[in-house]
Amino acid sequence: MINASLTQLAQALTQKKISAVELATLFLDRIERLNPALNAFITVDREKTLAQAQRSDDARKVGAGDTAAFQSKAPLSGIPLAHKDIFCTQGWRTTCGSKMLANFISPYDAHVVERMAAAGMVTLGKLNMDEFAMGSSNETSFFGAVKNPWDQARVPGGSSGGSAAAIAARLAPAATGTDTGGSIRQPAALCGLTGLKPTYGVVSRYGMIAFASSLDQAGPMAKSAEDCALLLTAMAGFDTRDSTSLERPAEDYSRDLQQPLTGLKIGLPKEFFGDGMDADVRAAVEAALDEYRKLGATTVEVSLPNSALSVPAYYVIAPAEASSNLSRFDGVRYGYRAPEYTDLADMYSKTRAQGFGAEVKRRILIGTYVLSHGYYDAYYLQAQKIRRLIAADFSAAFEQCDVIMGPTSPSVAFAFGAKNADPVQMYLSDIYTISTNLAGLPGMSLPCGFGNNSMPVGLQIIGRWFDEAGMLKVAHQYQQVTDWHTRMPGGLA
Amino acid sequence: MSNTQWEVVIGLETHTQLKTQSKIFSGSSIAFGAPPNAQASAVDIALPGVLPVLNREAVVCAIKFGLAIGGQIAPRSIFARKNYFYPDLPKGYQISQFEIPVVSGGGLAICVGQQEKYIKLTRAHLEEDAGKSLHEDFHGKTGIDLNRAGTPLLEIVSEPDMRSSAEAVAYAKALHALVQWIGICDGNMQEGSFRCDANVSVRPVGQKEFGTRREIKNLNSFRFMQQAIDFEVQWQINEIEEGRAIQQATVLFNPDTGETRAMRSKEDAHDYRYFPDPDLLPLEITSAWIDDVKSSLPELPQQLKTRFEAVYGLSAYDATTLTASREMAAYFTATLDAAGIANAKLCANWVMGEVAARLNKDGLEMTAVPLAPTLLAGIIRRIADNTISNKMAHEVFDALWAGEGADADTIIAARGLQQVTDSGAIEAVIDEVLAANEKSVAEFRAGKEKAFNALVGQVMKATKGKASPQQVDTLLRKKLG
Repeated sequence: MINASLTQLAQALTQKKISAVELATLFLDRIERLNPALNAFITVDREKTLAQAQRSDDARKVGAGDTAAFQSKAPLSGIPLAHKDIFCTQGWRTTCGSKMLANFISPYDAHVVERMAAAGMVTLGKLNMDEFAMGSSNETSFFGAVKNPWDQARVPGGSSGGSAAAIAARLAPAATGTDTGGSIRQPAALCGLTGLKPTYGVVSRYGMIAFASSLDQAGPMAKSAEDCALLLTAMAGFDTRDSTSLERPAEDYSRDLQQPLTGLKIGLPKEFFGDGMDADVRAAVEAALDEYRKLGATTVEVSLPNSALSVPAYYVIAPAEASSNLSRFDGVRYGYRAPEYTDLADMYSKTRAQGFGAEVKRRILIGTYVLSHGYYDAYYLQAQKIRRLIAADFSAAFEQCDVIMGPTSPSVAFAFGAKNADPVQMYLSDIYTISTNLAGLPGMSLPCGFGNNSMPVGLQIIGRWFDEAGMLKVAHQYQQVTDWHTRMPGGLA
Repeated sequence: MSNTQWEVVIGLETHTQLKTQSKIFSGSSIAFGAPPNAQASAVDIALPGVLPVLNREAVVCAIKFGLAIGGQIAPRSIFARKNYFYPDLPKGYQISQFEIPVVSGGGLAICVGQQEKYIKLTRAHLEEDAGKSLHEDFHGKTGIDLNRAGTPLLEIVSEPDMRSSAEAVAYAKALHALVQWIGICDGNMQEGSFRCDANVSVRPVGQKEFGTRREIKNLNSFRFMQQAIDFEVQWQINEIEEGRAIQQATVLFNPDTGETRAMRSKEDAHDYRYFPDPDLLPLEITSAWIDDVKSSLPELPQQLKTRFEAVYGLSAYDATTLTASREMAAYFTATLDAAGIANAKLCANWVMGEVAARLNKDGLEMTAVPLAPTLLAGIIRRIADNTISNKMAHEVFDALWAGEGADADTIIAARGLQQVTDSGAIEAVIDEVLAANEKSVAEFRAGKEKAFNALVGQVMKATKGKASPQQVDTLLRKKLG
């Protein structure tokens, strides 16, 4: 059951082979047993989870007269899912991985949480993450690092590291994540999972604690593309509460999964296949491309000439927005407040000095600096120009191909502490994922083999704006002829 | 004491609270006077994860204003974040407009005495208000009320076109009247719906460059504005004449002492780190939207003023006074319609004079005037056709104001107020009076004008005040030859 796909779980529930309460209990028990070592969850509340599961079972009884109709209306009903702790969840502690919100109980649900609840999914708990989603290794969490289930001496990636570790260790069949510069795709790659960052605006950001508003996007993480398609269908949709949410007709993201790949043109940016990538990663990615050629696809070299500028542009724009977004954490209305202070300024500085971790403070300082009088034009405006150039590069590339492929991460999961000394080394972990966020494009990562030390390697797919369904088809067809996505780390039974 | 002549330069920044149903970026009510934080939603208190959604009603207000002042309405304007920390600023930034405001240019005609002047506007932009910090009743702590946080404001910035406190007040009053006229602001200064900051500097007459300015914050009455600017101007002149340079600063006016005092200098000025708010899309305003709003605008005071002067022959002063509010103009126009254009000046005098004075005395607003314009027109018609004297007219006015009688004619008939205009009858009375007052006649003939008035008084007394005063005057002079 723990390795079942969401469709298989739905069938088991429909056929009454298992109840939602039993399914939730199965995963809660695994969490209880395995989470102390992995640290993937920040908050688990068995009572709340089981109450939700019971409601799902009750609803199913009411709908039992017409099971098929019930299932088509609620294909995910009764299936457990865990939320990254960046999503406000009513009545649950919502910490964003920070001391600042360590005791914050949200009085409302994020749009994503609402949507998944409306689909009947049962919340298993809140997942660990880099503090305020700032990090690529999950080492910046106030609640401690998350361990990679494939090798507990290694990082799971970040910032959605708790989501990735939980699914990889089969503590949850699926999870929500958010991706500002690669935070869904990179941990999915490092933990051998499938994760998707939608086009900016497809999933409402309402209730998702903001890191960098113009880049943040929520998305699903699961074992397969097929599961991600189901989750995205439930998650996406226009929301009047988010002005950047796009008013588009609802989509069934599973609709094209079975379509063949004959004639598919895959663009390979030469900038993604240069020196930066480790040999083991390159070998796995090349093998995946061969598999795609066998499926009827052709590959073409394309160029994204400004991609070298994506990391510097990102590390201007994201901190700038973050420095402002995180101003609300001032100790006045909620969250952490320093216990002792002399006056207002002292209350602010002590609260923020004590409540935020080092990486968050670093980015607030960078962001404050680049927005300051006299520097704004040189940094922020320049970065915005680069952002437009990067988007234009992608537009040009997509004239020659249907999807773009490359590595998700330049290396497999690294050891704890390996990149902590030099923030720039850490920032370069996202070198292949960041440009997608800057351009607002959809991207995903799927497992394509194993590299050094038997650690998973991720293949990145970047689609045209709003072509999530096409991208999912490309991933799903690969997963029909390979089994990397079904592999599970050993020693966790 | 030097002999330098100083010129005063004033520009105003006015925060007008827009008359919308809800806040500019949330659905909370903006009604005044609710218990603290009763009107503060998740968005208003800036919970983690919440997002702003622009209220289109506030944009309509901005478009109305842009049209009313003849400004440019930007087809695409940008909301920006103004970053600073303060306990009543929940997000740690205020959403405002910085580089591209929704309205730019345009202007406003003002009238100081009989002198007309056009004040240019720089810009008007949409922004949200902050909450309030409450420093009383919290045992040494500060309370925060976020009811006002997110209230929509239109900040209207003038060019430094004003040259005296009187001009500044005239501008502020004209603006105050206009925003109420077009229905975008309730104009309630006590509740903070209309607040002005005045940038004041002085320079020697003839000097081109502006002097260093100081900004007087939060002037919430016209009287305080006048006092504050007058004090500030004199202070600046004294400083300069005593050899001290003016430092750019923000100052507050203390109504109790009548003085302005610096609250922060330029060195403490914030770096607000403005940048476009990534949570909001650029504000796009199509010409169709503008046309739609235009069709809902009432005739504007400036248009009406021009019409009053050109068609009714009123003075600029009268026209300005009568267009001070939409209610005033409507009352005047209705009176005029009933009384006839020929009586325009009489109508103007009565509306600006007796009606305004009585409203003031009774503490009433124009909206609650107890005398219908048609009734006032009835009085005016009887003055014009000499049925009643001005004095009688006041008696009729008092009666109608108090709700007595159906109309002027009823009261005139009931009280026998018709003037005697039969010259034969008046002459007979004059003859009697002259015969009985030889002493006064002699004094008048000796050059005492006062004696003439005494004789008029006797004639009026003998006719019980009904004789037409003009006729009495004319006939008496003729008799006394």
